[in-house]
Amino acid sequence: MNPQKYMNPYLAGFLLGLVLLATIYVTGRGLGASGAVKSVVLSAVVAVAPEHSANTPSINDYNKEHPGGPLKDWLVFEVIGVIIGAFFSGVISNRVGIKLERGPNITNKTRIAAAIIGGLLFGFGSQLGRGCTSGAALSGMAVMSFGGIITMLAIFGSGYSFAYFFRKLWLK
Amino acid sequence: MGPLVPFIIGSEFNLIIALIAGIGFGFVLEQAGFSSTKKLVGLFYGYDFTVLKVFFTAGVTGMIGVLLLSHWGLLDLSLIYINPTFLWSALVGGAIMGIGFIVGGFCPGTSVCAASIGKLDGLAFVFGSALGVFVFIEGFPLFEKIYTAEAWGPVLINEQLGMSKIVFAILLSAIAFGAFYVTGLIENRVNNVKSSVTKQKAVYYSTAIGFAFVLLAIVAFLPDSQSRIETRISKELKHTDFSSMQVPADKLAHEIVTNYYRINIIDTRDPESFKSYHLPFAINIPFEKMQDREWKEILDQKHKTNYFYGDDQESANKAFLKAGIIGTAENFILSGSSQDFRRMFFELTPPEPGASKKEHNSYQFRNKASTDMLSLVEALKNSTQPVVPKMSKIKGGC
Repeated sequence: MNPQKYMNPYLAGFLLGLVLLATIYVTGRGLGASGAVKSVVLSAVVAVAPEHSANTPSINDYNKEHPGGPLKDWLVFEVIGVIIGAFFSGVISNRVGIKLERGPNITNKTRIAAAIIGGLLFGFGSQLGRGCTSGAALSGMAVMSFGGIITMLAIFGSGYSFAYFFRKLWLK
Repeated sequence: MGPLVPFIIGSEFNLIIALIAGIGFGFVLEQAGFSSTKKLVGLFYGYDFTVLKVFFTAGVTGMIGVLLLSHWGLLDLSLIYINPTFLWSALVGGAIMGIGFIVGGFCPGTSVCAASIGKLDGLAFVFGSALGVFVFIEGFPLFEKIYTAEAWGPVLINEQLGMSKIVFAILLSAIAFGAFYVTGLIENRVNNVKSSVTKQKAVYYSTAIGFAFVLLAIVAFLPDSQSRIETRISKELKHTDFSSMQVPADKLAHEIVTNYYRINIIDTRDPESFKSYHLPFAINIPFEKMQDREWKEILDQKHKTNYFYGDDQESANKAFLKAGIIGTAENFILSGSSQDFRRMFFELTPPEPGASKKEHNSYQFRNKASTDMLSLVEALKNSTQPVVPKMSKIKGGC
């Protein structure tokens, strides 16, 4: 069976907007993603090097804000939900399977290396910018946050500016 | 009135809500094709603008929804989380994320989706982003300066542009719809195809756009919940007979002395007037603030009776009407003003020797009531202070 077609983007956007709106209505906050990565990384750091963590002020501050441990965090639970929801969607649309997607002119190795480097940059940038495309840009737009919207403009503006230099990764 | 957390739904249950919201989020992202890296980067090379379409539609939907809910008084915008603005970290962080996007082909949320359905490149991106976060945490002292520079607080974009929320919303919606049209043209050109929008689709799209603008028009032109309440008050003010609701000062004083634990005395004046003088045991709920969430419990409760008073009879009557509109408690009005009450009980002058027996009785009653009230207030100083619920700001962010 072939994978099903993707949903109409406007319908998907409308549904995503409703999910976002419901989240804001119920919890007073928007959606996010990179914050969960932070919680996981922090709990790993604390587990591997407890002494070092105790001496690092930035980790200490975070732990103070999360008395139940860094994993008992709203975004961690939300991202667990994202994994479940995405998997469920993949199952019903027949898209689940080990796969690697890459541009036509690069090797699998290059693709993995690029994904790790890109992830590193995105992860770093999301901490500096206090949020990624979900938490800052999307949720920020819904509540008209100035910071969220300039973060969004910076992400996409920079993406377009550098697209030319990395075209070999993606185009023929 | 939203947000429901933490007042209506507890903070623990909030984590279950996070899970549910995440399931919806992940499902829609995957259905939209955001688990495919080629679809995502198509945005930057012009062959697939799905990201822009989904993203902008979601943002506009969320924004219009937030405006509508607040317009109808269902969502308190002063309580929702607004991402604070730190100018430099937002710009530099955003620029770095942009490079990460074009190199790695994902953003954090979409990489999680991709990894969930077995995409190895998505998994690699998730691993990379954990490394990036690790670098940031460990090297934090190096970035602290830029991280905290130009802290503007939770400013709103419409304030920065000097326009109202609704004007900005209309503007952004128009930009979004324009962008959908233009990117559609670009897509067709890059992919060398004729327009794929069928007639039926065109009808759907224009209906949706029309609907969005109707909702925006509702926010822009129809009175909001606040002004609807005000209209109702001024209308009812003319037609209501307050005589059965107005309680004479003597009766209220008697209630205070004998039943202080079964009544709430509500001062509807501004905090300064309240400070300079107020009735014994009075709680200050200024007229404008009556529908704030912290007073909901008092205006809705079943166990006590509320007595309203103000600077004059009309303001007390208005507060009484407003309490009836927004709350469910049993309400009465003090007949006369706060100053009348003060004169009657706390600036008491003994009657002339030749005064009637009634006047003597009344003097004696008031004299006793005033000392009783004062000693009750003194005795219960610590236990009768109304517990003002602490209003906590909701934390959020990514």
